[in-house]
Amino acid sequence: MEGAFILEKLILVVIIFTISLVIAMYSTLAERKIAGFMQDRYGPDRAGLFGLLQPLCDGGKFFFKEEIIPAGAHKPLFIIGPTLAIITACISSAVIPWGQNLTIGDRVVSLQVADINVGVLYIFGVIALGVYGIMIGGWASNNKFSLMGAIRAASQSISYEIGMGLSLIALLMVTGSLSIGDIVSQQSGFVNWNIWVQPLGFLIFMTCAFAECNRVPFDLPECETELIGGYHTEYSSMKLGLYMFSEYINMFVSSALMAALYFGGYNFPFMYDLGLSENWITIIGVLVFFTKIFAFIFFFMWIRWTLPRFRYDQLMKLGWKMLIPLAIANIVLTGIITIVKDTYFN
Amino acid sequence: MSIFYFVAFLSIFFALMTIFAKNPVHSVLYLVITFFTFTVHYILLNAQFLAVVNFIVYMGAIMVLFLFVLMLLNLNKETEPLRSNLVKIMGAIAGMCLLATLLGAFRVIEVNNDYVTGNTDVGLVQNLGKVLFDEFLLPFELSSLLLLTAMIGAVLLAKKETKESNG
Repeated sequence: MEGAFILEKLILVVIIFTISLVIAMYSTLAERKIAGFMQDRYGPDRAGLFGLLQPLCDGGKFFFKEEIIPAGAHKPLFIIGPTLAIITACISSAVIPWGQNLTIGDRVVSLQVADINVGVLYIFGVIALGVYGIMIGGWASNNKFSLMGAIRAASQSISYEIGMGLSLIALLMVTGSLSIGDIVSQQSGFVNWNIWVQPLGFLIFMTCAFAECNRVPFDLPECETELIGGYHTEYSSMKLGLYMFSEYINMFVSSALMAALYFGGYNFPFMYDLGLSENWITIIGVLVFFTKIFAFIFFFMWIRWTLPRFRYDQLMKLGWKMLIPLAIANIVLTGIITIVKDTYFN
Repeated sequence: MSIFYFVAFLSIFFALMTIFAKNPVHSVLYLVITFFTFTVHYILLNAQFLAVVNFIVYMGAIMVLFLFVLMLLNLNKETEPLRSNLVKIMGAIAGMCLLATLLGAFRVIEVNNDYVTGNTDVGLVQNLGKVLFDEFLLPFELSSLLLLTAMIGAVLLAKKETKESNG
C-alpha cells in the first residue's frame, strides 16, 4: 500500500466523518424547523440568522450540563453504552459510494472509502452491533425502567432486522452483487433505478429502516410521556447527547443507503447525454446524491410530525406477521419474474 | 503472522475472561468480544463472507438473545444453582474429549495449506456460493432442512395452546 493511497483514503474518511456529524447536527435544527412549519409556528429562530447557531448552542449546553452517573450503575459499561452507539453509527458510512471516480492529474480517486465485496452484509453487521449500545446502556444504568426500555428497544431492533434482511435479499436477486459500489453503478440513468423493479421491497426496507432508527411511528424505545424515556432514562449531559446524535447519524446513513440501493445513488437522468466531462459528472452526481439523502431525511421528519406512535403489540404484529411474510412473498415473486424473464424474453 | 499471534492471544484471553467473569452479563459481553476476534481471524484467512456472517449471526443475533435472556432473568449469587462435584467431573471429562478430538484433527493439517495461510479466494462470496450450490448441494440443502425444522419447532413451542372452542 502506497502512502498516497492511505492519505487519499484518510482525507476521504475525515471529510465523510465531518459531513455526517454536521448533517446530524443540523438535522436537529431541521427537525424543529419542520415541526414548526407543520404545526404553523416559527420553530427556533433566536440563535443566529434563522436559528442557524441553535445546534451549536445545544451542543454547548450538553457539554456544560452536570454529568450524573448513578451510584448503583456499572460505571465502565455505563460509559461504553453511548460510546458504542456513536461508533457503530459512524462506521456504517464506510461502504457507501458517495460518487464516481474523480480524476485529479493522473490519479483516479474513488469516492468510496471501502468497496468490499460484502458491503450490504457489512451494513447489517454494523446495525446488529448498534443494538449492543442500547442494551449495555440500559442494563448498566441499574434501573428497571432503563432495563425494560433497553429490552423493548432491542427486541424491536432485532425483529425489524429480519424484515430488512429479507427485503434486501430480493434486491440482491435482481442486482446479483453484494457490493454497494456495483449495485449503484448498475443503476445508471433513470430507468435502471432499482425502485422500478423492487417497489414492494423498497417499502418494506423503508419501514424497517424507520424502526431501526427508532423514529416515529416506531419510537417506543424513547417516548418520554408514556414509557418513561426508555434505555437512556439515567443518562444526562453529553452521554445522552451521544445517544441522540447517534440516532440522527443513523437516520442520515439509512437515508444514504435507501438512496444508494433503490434510487440510483449518484446517478441522475441523462447523465451521459449532456456532454459533460467525467469530473463534472462526478461532482454533479455527489450533489444529486446528497439531494436524494436530504429528501429522505425530510421524509423521516415529515412522518414524525404526521403519524402517531404504534402500540407495542401493534409494532410486533406489523414486524412479524405482516412485513416478514410480505418480504418472503416478494422474494418468491422476484424469483418467478426473473426465471420467466430469462426463459421467455431472452 | 505477528497479527495472527496477537489476535489469537486476544481470543484466548477473552475466552478465559468469559469463563472467569463472576457476573453472567459480563461473561456474555466477553464472549461477544471473543467472537469479534474470530471475525478478525476469518478476515486474516481471506474469508470475507464467513467473517461478515460470523459477525452478523453470532455477534448480532445469537449473543443479543443471550444477553436478552440474562438481563431479563437478572441472575445473581442467590439464584445460582449449586453445582455438584459429579457435574464438575463430567464437565472436565467432556472437555478433555473435545480437546483430544481437536488435537487429532489438527495433527493432520499441513501448516502450508492454502486455507491456513489465507492465500486462497475460496472465502469470497462468489466462490463460496459456487462451491455450496454445486459440489456440496446435498449437505447444504439438508442443513437448511434442519434449520427449518428447528424454526417450526420454535414457533410451535412459543405458540399459545388454543383452548378447545365451546361449540
